[in-house]
Amino acid sequence: MITVALFVPCYVDQFYPQVAVAALQVLERNGVRVEFPDRQTCCGQPMANAGCADAAAPLAARFLRVFAGFEYVVAPSGSCVATVRHHYAPFLAGQPGFDHLVGHTYELCEFLHDVLGVRRVEGRFPHRVGLHRSCHGHRELRLASGSERMVAPFDKVRTLLGSIDGITLLEPSRPDECCGFGGTFAVAEEAVSCAMGRDRLADHERAGAEIITGVDTSCLMHMEGLARRTGRGVRVMHVAEVMAEAGA
Amino acid sequence: MGHPQSAAAFLRDEAHARRHDESVWQVRQKRDAAARAVPDWEVLRERAEAIKAHTASRLADYLEEFERHATARGARVHWARDGEEHNRIVHAILAERGVTMLVKSKSMLTEECGLNRHLESHGIEVIDTDLGERIVQLTGRPPSHIVMPAIHMTRAEIGELFHRTLGSEAGLTDPVALTAAARRLLREKFLAAGAGLTGVNFAIAETGGIVVVTNEGNADMGTALPRVHIASMGIEKVIPRAEDLGVFLRLLARSATGQATSTYTSHFHGPRRGGELHIVMVDAGRSVMLGAAGFRRALHCIRCGACLNTCPVYRRSGGHSYAWVVPGPIGSVLAPAVNPLVHAALPFASTLCGSCADVCPVGIDLHHQLLAWRGELAAAGLVPAGKRLALRLAAWVFASPGRYALAGRLARLALRVLPARLSARLSGAWGRQRELPVAPAESFHERWRRTHGGA
Repeated sequence: MITVALFVPCYVDQFYPQVAVAALQVLERNGVRVEFPDRQTCCGQPMANAGCADAAAPLAARFLRVFAGFEYVVAPSGSCVATVRHHYAPFLAGQPGFDHLVGHTYELCEFLHDVLGVRRVEGRFPHRVGLHRSCHGHRELRLASGSERMVAPFDKVRTLLGSIDGITLLEPSRPDECCGFGGTFAVAEEAVSCAMGRDRLADHERAGAEIITGVDTSCLMHMEGLARRTGRGVRVMHVAEVMAEAGA
Repeated sequence: MGHPQSAAAFLRDEAHARRHDESVWQVRQKRDAAARAVPDWEVLRERAEAIKAHTASRLADYLEEFERHATARGARVHWARDGEEHNRIVHAILAERGVTMLVKSKSMLTEECGLNRHLESHGIEVIDTDLGERIVQLTGRPPSHIVMPAIHMTRAEIGELFHRTLGSEAGLTDPVALTAAARRLLREKFLAAGAGLTGVNFAIAETGGIVVVTNEGNADMGTALPRVHIASMGIEKVIPRAEDLGVFLRLLARSATGQATSTYTSHFHGPRRGGELHIVMVDAGRSVMLGAAGFRRALHCIRCGACLNTCPVYRRSGGHSYAWVVPGPIGSVLAPAVNPLVHAALPFASTLCGSCADVCPVGIDLHHQLLAWRGELAAAGLVPAGKRLALRLAAWVFASPGRYALAGRLARLALRVLPARLSARLSGAWGRQRELPVAPAESFHERWRRTHGGA
């Protein structure tokens, strides 16, 4: 039996624990034994993305200590996994266990699709769902081919979601435009951030989505915050929640 | 005013901002269609990147080879360390020949050097002949896009501008009529000018030839009529061989405007009979960038503008919000190299979504370079102190599971007991337009401990 360490992004832990619970259920339902290293906190992405290497480095070192020794690390987040995979090297290259960590840390859908070989998610989810392709999972982890690149099309998240009975997946007119969250960007560039988010909401609504889903709760938190403020009816759900609810 | 403030001002006119976003996005879509039609587009991008990387690795050799061959063809090659020296050289060429009017085709380099202002201060009239550049020249503002200089303006605004400055009839909005109005006056300038200046898209080391790409034929008009042709180029524009040109020409127009090829691709090999060709090669910080391993690839840029067109931040903030000649992702990488203090906010004017790097025809890792700049700026103390302090404090909290759990509990408690409006206000820029999350009673950590036991 495969054992994975569940890595729960800090803000998911505190504000969206249901996303982590859903990820846990989805993994267990797929025959995986899940451990939760209790001393985990934050991967350091906010600091690393803001250029504050001195603040990010100790958190990267801490992450390696907490998660070293596990066969796989899986997180319901594309951007946190991208931080570990692509942005830890300057802090940790050459340290014992680092290469294994980088090679075995996966975003949830990526783990299901690539490691477990899942192509069909059991269950039923009779809803109209818009897939928001969160940028870091989309372009840093290459969860899909992307609208910019002229390569053979693939989309791991869509493949998994599309296999659920009863689901109607809807495409916005701009299939992979950023929602404008961007970490500290959401606050430092508030005006552009909110304009981008509202445009994504409108695009998904025009496509007919009742639920917007994605691999990063941060994007969903931003869009949900905008939707609730303006009284829009569209809901957000993490892909783990969609899969968990479908199989319940 | 920094980028966030300028962007907010741009977004206040919602209809205008939406039109800007949509018209620029259309160009991105045209690019997609044109790129898709090329078999092995990605291979072509890799080839272009490899040629540029190779050229950069022996730039000095290729520049000297270019100089030798260009000189042998009768061109005169000048070297300029910076924008000021470039402007002095151009002015001297014009002054020595008694030229009082210069027609110019599009050149981002001369915008970078501030050539127009310099020449005008010496009494030389400068006429931008690219339609978009002519329009922005008449407004007195810089271009807002490197390929579509007046994309921030509507046709009605241009009609009004032409009516006011060129005396065309009032109320013109038809693009054909507007173009005709500008063209009538430009023809007179082409005939009267003593010299023509062009940019350079590619300089071929092997042949000493230069290549200029336009859609309006204005570079050809400006070089065929006046006797003196001045070509200004950044030193990164050199490519080794004539056969390399095919790689870049296939990428350039498709990436820039979605055209299979530009309307005019003009090759200049030495001066025309009885004329003069001066090629001014400008460094202006490029050799410093060449020496910085993390930023070297920014010199691959062929100024197609694809990263601007795809950038969701550029489309919603307009080119002028960057307050630098080259806006958008590539501009935000280039500008801090020129002046990190003045342009410190630009690397943060991005969500790091990475779309720019994926459209870039020459494989510049733009979003990683923006991230690298953030690191440089933070290390140099050029990131707002409050932001640095907040991130350090957060890192201190995250360094200890106990502090983290306590901080999380307090934050959730505050969200649950405070009125939503108050916590939104306390959250500052987050809460002005967005609700905060609905806080749960229990974190995942707490739940796990309850269901699985443990410490």
